[in-house]
Amino acid sequence: MTTFDFLLQGLTVALDPMILMYALIGVTLGTAVGVLPGIGPALTVALLLPVTYGLDPAGSIIMFAGIYYGGMYGGSTTSILLNTPGESASIVTALEGNKMARAGRGGPALATAAIGSFVAGLLATLALAFLAPHVVKLALIFGPREYFALMMLAFVTVSAAFGESTMKGLTSLFVGLALAVIGIDGLTGQARLSFGVPQLLDGIEVTTLAVAMFAVGEALFVAAQTRGLDDRIHAIKGSVAMTREDWSRSWRPWLRGTAIGFPIGAMPAGGADIASFLSYGAEKRFARHPEEFGHGAIEGVAGPEAANNAAAAGTLVPLLTLGLPTTATAAIMLAGFQQFGLQPGPLLFVTAPTLVWGLIASLLIANIMLLVLNLPLIRLWVKLLMIPRPWLYAGILLFATLGTIGVNPSPVELSMLMIFGVMGYFMRLHGYPIAPVVVGLILGPMAEQQLRRALSISQGDWTTLVSTPVSAGILAVALLALVVPMILRWRGKGAVLSQIAGDED
Amino acid sequence: MSGFQSETGRRPRGAAFIIAALLAGLGGLLIWQGRSIPEKGGYAGIGSGDAPVFIGGVLLLLAVAHVFIGIRHGMAAVPRQHPVPVLLIVAGLALQLILLKPLGFSIASGLLFACTAAAFGKRNVAISLPIGIAFALVIYGVFDGLLKLSLPGGFLESLIFGS
Repeated sequence: MTTFDFLLQGLTVALDPMILMYALIGVTLGTAVGVLPGIGPALTVALLLPVTYGLDPAGSIIMFAGIYYGGMYGGSTTSILLNTPGESASIVTALEGNKMARAGRGGPALATAAIGSFVAGLLATLALAFLAPHVVKLALIFGPREYFALMMLAFVTVSAAFGESTMKGLTSLFVGLALAVIGIDGLTGQARLSFGVPQLLDGIEVTTLAVAMFAVGEALFVAAQTRGLDDRIHAIKGSVAMTREDWSRSWRPWLRGTAIGFPIGAMPAGGADIASFLSYGAEKRFARHPEEFGHGAIEGVAGPEAANNAAAAGTLVPLLTLGLPTTATAAIMLAGFQQFGLQPGPLLFVTAPTLVWGLIASLLIANIMLLVLNLPLIRLWVKLLMIPRPWLYAGILLFATLGTIGVNPSPVELSMLMIFGVMGYFMRLHGYPIAPVVVGLILGPMAEQQLRRALSISQGDWTTLVSTPVSAGILAVALLALVVPMILRWRGKGAVLSQIAGDED
Repeated sequence: MSGFQSETGRRPRGAAFIIAALLAGLGGLLIWQGRSIPEKGGYAGIGSGDAPVFIGGVLLLLAVAHVFIGIRHGMAAVPRQHPVPVLLIVAGLALQLILLKPLGFSIASGLLFACTAAAFGKRNVAISLPIGIAFALVIYGVFDGLLKLSLPGGFLESLIFGS
């Protein structure tokens, strides 16, 4: 069967009323969390994981992916109207979008963001559908050493390649890796660093860590700021319709954003936030009116918004085909698959084709739902921004603890939530990125197992790691991604890199 | 890692040294624990204990890097922080943790809700506590009843939802 047949088959799954319901819940929740500052898609999926234990696996996973897509749409609304990014991939949208809103052009800014997200989401999901089977074929010849090399690349791009300091990124990553060795070693059954506490034998739950770092840490950080945040909402004046000139200035940035975002997401090269920064830079260079940048250039909204959606779709390529999460949200989605006993990777396309293709087809439908949710219904979402912060954060913390209590109401688990929350606060305060901790926790044990498998096969010969061109090539790229930014920063050119700080999604 | 609390935001250089000390402590712990695992490398030549030893080693290197940065440059200055809201939220989490078993989900979580709201400026507990408890009760009803997530109930839950 060709990809096209598979997609049609997937569409029959996706059009099932129950699945449509899950997709609708996912995109609605995703848009809501995208709109609300302080909670992102990674956190929402983490919060929902325990809730979906008893639900349908296919539906739940479709819901998670819907949240990811929806978060990318909704984030732009907050950026444009509030100048506070709803999630990290919308930081650049705030640069131009909020200027447009101040100039009374909030409507067209929201429209170009939503339509750009739609175009990018659609094209990138199709690209995912056509690319995935090829990556799966490639993945079948991958052995442990290639997987290990890919994970090294993911570690470097998540922690050290971007952001203000290699040292801080690596510190976050290795704190995550240190937490990852707690518990029973998957290969030998040896207990490590459990100190006789039975709850630690299972290791640290990814969801507990993610919820603590993202929700509790963020709430503590926001509460502790002495200077109040500037959160005046700019009402949408006039219609959201775009003029002919807006259209003609938007469509090229949409396509360029898609072309930049999808590969960034698909390669283990960082997440949607990095794609949106690169797209912003590209638009600034290509713009016919570069002087408008900084004063509300529509290209600066259209491009990055397309790029972050395309990157979200791109992230699903390594996640589904290789089982390799490259962002925090993808890492938590991987935990979601595992919760249902599914292991993403090449085999998933054979063992559960209806699920995989149903998921991809659902994403196409989810895109259409999101366009409807985000254009005609935009004024409803703006109302969400009116929730007073005390109630909002009190509610977020209640839900954050609910997930942990629902899975495992032990004092040990709740203490970990508290300790990691405080740790997340201090990491934020001192500029240490959060995402590497989460990615380190989930990828660390996988990388260790692949390494030990590769070395078992070669009977302890370390040169096996570079004995194939593929693994040697990936390791070389990883090394470059580690060393080149260090040199750039050392020579004082790190400002660009620190702007492209990957945080969460 | 709870030792993180002990730093103040106003002495950037001090912060670098405190973080370095914490990293060194964590690294040392990993190396000590990794070493104490009996060596069974098998065919691979590396066993259960080697990953902790390696990670611990890198953490020690990162600690040295922090000391170096602290002496040379100091860390970036940190904006002034309000300690009271942070303590209020942590106190809310602690209250929930302690009272979850004896008083049930709704009252414990309502207290967390009220503490967080207070941290963000809504200090009137007479309003925020009832809202929090009512909100938690609704969540309890939805999640325990419909979604089969077992939440610890107390007298309030059994009074309203039966047992």
